[in-house]
Amino acid sequence: MDIFLQQILNGLVLGSIYALIALGYTMVYGIMGLINFAHGEVVMLGAMVTITIVNALVNAGVSLPGPVILAIGLFVAIPACMLVGFTIERIAYRPLRGAPRLAPLITAIGLSISLQQIAILIWGRNYIPFPPILNQDVVTFFGASITKLQIFIIVLCLLIMTGLLVMVEKTKLGRAMRATSQNPSVASLMGVNVNSIISATFVIGSGLGAVAGVMVATNYDQAHYYMGYLIGMKAFTAAVLGGIGNLGGAVLGGILLGIIESLGAGYIGDLTGGFLGSNYQDVFAFVVLILVLIFRPSGLLGEKLADRA
Amino acid sequence: MADALLKIEGINKRFGGLQALSAVSLEIPRGSIYGLIGPNGAGKTTLFNVLTGLYMPDEGTFTFDGQDLFRAKPHKVVAAGIARTFQNIRLFSEMTALENVMVGRHIKSRAGALGAVLRDPRTRAEEAAIRDKAWELLEYVGITDVAGELARNLSYGHQRRLEIARALATEPKLLALDEPAAGMNPRETDDLRQLMAKVRDGGVTILLIEHDVKLVMGLCDRIAVLDYGKRIAEGVPDAVRKDPKVIEAYLGVAHE
Amino acid sequence: MTTNTSTRGKMALFIGCAVLMAVAPFVIGSVLGNSWVRIVDFALLYIMLALGLNIVVGFAGLLDMGYIAFYAVGAYTYALLSSPQFGLHLPFYVTIPLGAICAACFGLLLGTPVLRLKGDYLAIVTLGFGEIIRIFMNNLNQPINITNGPQGVNLIDPIHLGDVTLGKTMQIGSLNLPVVYLHYYLFLILSVLVVILASRLQHSRIGRAWVALREDDIAAASMGINIRNIKLLAFALGALSGGVAGGLFASFQGFISPESFGLMESIMILAMVVLGGMGHIPGVVLGAVVLTVAPEILRDTIGPLQMNTFGRMIVDPENARQLLFGLALVVMMLVRPAGMWPSKRRALEFSDAKAKARAQKG
Ligand SMILES: Nc1ncnc2c1ncn2[C@@H]1O[C@H](COP(=O)(O)OP(=O)(O)OP(=O)(O)O)[C@@H](O)[C@H]1O
Ligand SMILES: [Mg+2]
Repeated sequence: MDIFLQQILNGLVLGSIYALIALGYTMVYGIMGLINFAHGEVVMLGAMVTITIVNALVNAGVSLPGPVILAIGLFVAIPACMLVGFTIERIAYRPLRGAPRLAPLITAIGLSISLQQIAILIWGRNYIPFPPILNQDVVTFFGASITKLQIFIIVLCLLIMTGLLVMVEKTKLGRAMRATSQNPSVASLMGVNVNSIISATFVIGSGLGAVAGVMVATNYDQAHYYMGYLIGMKAFTAAVLGGIGNLGGAVLGGILLGIIESLGAGYIGDLTGGFLGSNYQDVFAFVVLILVLIFRPSGLLGEKLADRA
Repeated sequence: MADALLKIEGINKRFGGLQALSAVSLEIPRGSIYGLIGPNGAGKTTLFNVLTGLYMPDEGTFTFDGQDLFRAKPHKVVAAGIARTFQNIRLFSEMTALENVMVGRHIKSRAGALGAVLRDPRTRAEEAAIRDKAWELLEYVGITDVAGELARNLSYGHQRRLEIARALATEPKLLALDEPAAGMNPRETDDLRQLMAKVRDGGVTILLIEHDVKLVMGLCDRIAVLDYGKRIAEGVPDAVRKDPKVIEAYLGVAHE
Repeated sequence: MTTNTSTRGKMALFIGCAVLMAVAPFVIGSVLGNSWVRIVDFALLYIMLALGLNIVVGFAGLLDMGYIAFYAVGAYTYALLSSPQFGLHLPFYVTIPLGAICAACFGLLLGTPVLRLKGDYLAIVTLGFGEIIRIFMNNLNQPINITNGPQGVNLIDPIHLGDVTLGKTMQIGSLNLPVVYLHYYLFLILSVLVVILASRLQHSRIGRAWVALREDDIAAASMGINIRNIKLLAFALGALSGGVAGGLFASFQGFISPESFGLMESIMILAMVVLGGMGHIPGVVLGAVVLTVAPEILRDTIGPLQMNTFGRMIVDPENARQLLFGLALVVMMLVRPAGMWPSKRRALEFSDAKAKARAQKG
């Protein structure tokens, strides 16, 4: 029982991070109909930049409480990632609008590789530890334990996601985004500047990615130039699971995937009679992805669209 | 009715909450030109898509030349003898006109991957026959002068004809044309009318969706009228023309 | 008379090329050293791989980002059946075809569930498939040791028939043929064969059906093409070629590990196809050669260049190489989205799409 609860808790932490990243994928997909393959790298950069700032502050002997130092790091990382996201769209996607689909896919992969290599140039190939500035107190209940930090991660994710949903529903920018995602040419006829909406989408998604990157780094106590790929893949899976293009779906998909993954990792040994171990944890996301795309390609909350002939 | 080539009964098709076709029944006599008309959004194209296997109908029956084609896959439908063109022309734009028609010979030829790599005499002969037949069809619709052009560089009228040639390449018993005269000038329309008559005289039954009322009334042996997914009238052109329900459906649209 | 001279001209060109190819390893070996002959060997292997992927991506328009999995299946089949791993030493004429068939089966296995997917979705799922295969190779060393896990399989038999082996320098009269030369000739023959097969497929009923599928799958279905079968055929044939290349790779290297079959390799092969000129066989061959050779040239030059100009290493050469590769992908797509050597038709199509995009903007 306690193992079960423990895995659910772990899954919630993981899942809310996935959800935050999945929002970035889903927003871009909703508006442009393409998968931003470089989004994972934005997440990685968010983690890296924050760690760098935090380390600099700690080494400079700044005696502020841990959360404040972290917040300062975040406030550098968020705009930095936003800038990167903005640039990605300008370089990789905007010049290729209307080109065959493969072209933006390849530029995005090219940018992904480039960003990873730039990260190596700056931070090297090794894991970078997150300095121990945060409270690691553990709360236990019903035999399962969770750190206060993890509770904070979950709560912050939920707050940000609610904020985003409200923004999309209630503000002028949000309405323009929805209009653009439904029909860009009609939206532009109605006076929406589609280019700036697309830019805004990338910027917002990247900001969320930055926050998520920091959460990953604090949760695992480390960051790495290659961390963006796997976490990006998983978040993308979450977006597909929830119904790509659907913001609520991204949140639901993220949390579900997080739980599936940790339950799967916890029980795969028992399920396969010890044949497969928890080192297969990363397979789950891919299997879920493939199953969803086969059986319900529109995702849990996406509407079904027939192919128009 | 003497000899029905195609017979559907009670065909229903829903898209979510939208009933695109409700209980549509049709019987198309062999050797005729059969018109299908109706206001925009009436469900004509949807019916075509159901008949050619692109959409799965929800209920109904569908027999063609003695075969049950209810919910059959597109390639099965083609093999049974139904070929079609599209309202918004769907040619293989990167292929030449000739190659487009050659693709239409796919089901009438057999060479597989092994034949392709071995290039045995039979495969070579088949390939030559495909080419000859395709050329013949371009001649038939009168566009051999653009045989080597890429499909997307052809004029609109030529593209429409090429689509017909490509469909004919499958040697259909029923040729279904979705608004083939849309966007044509009167001369092109007249040429098209002659082409359709020629195809019919060659023994192919034609199912024609067309908004050009003059063309339909003049050419078709029988006509069915769809409105909001329902068949509201069916019969010979003169009867359909006078049918009050048809007049209302069209006037209703005209008033909007 | 004129046809006679032109066929004679073609004959001469053909013989010229053949002679050039035949002496190439000796020239390259003596001028640049045998390590470069080895690089050329790899270029030939990559030609086979890229042409296989080209069937799927270029001809049929199915975006496969997990293609390396088939290479892996071919390589592991060979390695497990011709090495001390299980003490089996089956001959290559069993293991290579077997690897190819296994790869083709995996192609069908991948192809079947993804039949309904298109574009980016297909890309992601195939990528996931590639990763799953790699994760399994990495972990199938326990509880039963099948793949030997991350350590990989070692001491794989070279290709040999009776006393003749490609694993040792061969002596023909006074001629010394080192291992890399021997493999050069083998790979050359096979890649020429793959070029011929791919081109014959392209210009056949099947090839036309693939292009029709790529151009407009709905119209293709309405022309009587069985979409499912033609897609599966593309996956299977592409995988077959990858499987053969994988077996050759294992025998040539003598050692394989999951590391050789990562996502980066898949991207590399996709890049060869796309940067070369999708669907255009000469372009794909060029792409494979350039993307195999260019990184090696960079490897040889980046380090010394830095030493000469700055007196020390500023950027790790491997790092700089990858960075340049990433940037090259971006720049190439922006400047020449149809690739270095596209077919004439493709080049037109792309410039049309660009013009359309420009018109939309303006
Ligand atoms: N794939 C689809 N998904 C949802 N709705 C569809 C789909 N295809 C058609 N419809 C709807 O079905 C109705 C009938 O459309 P259809 O294209 O058959 O009309 P039509 O009679 O061919 O009209 P037109 O004369 O304009 O071509 C329309 O309301 C259309 O929006
Ligand atoms: Mg229509």
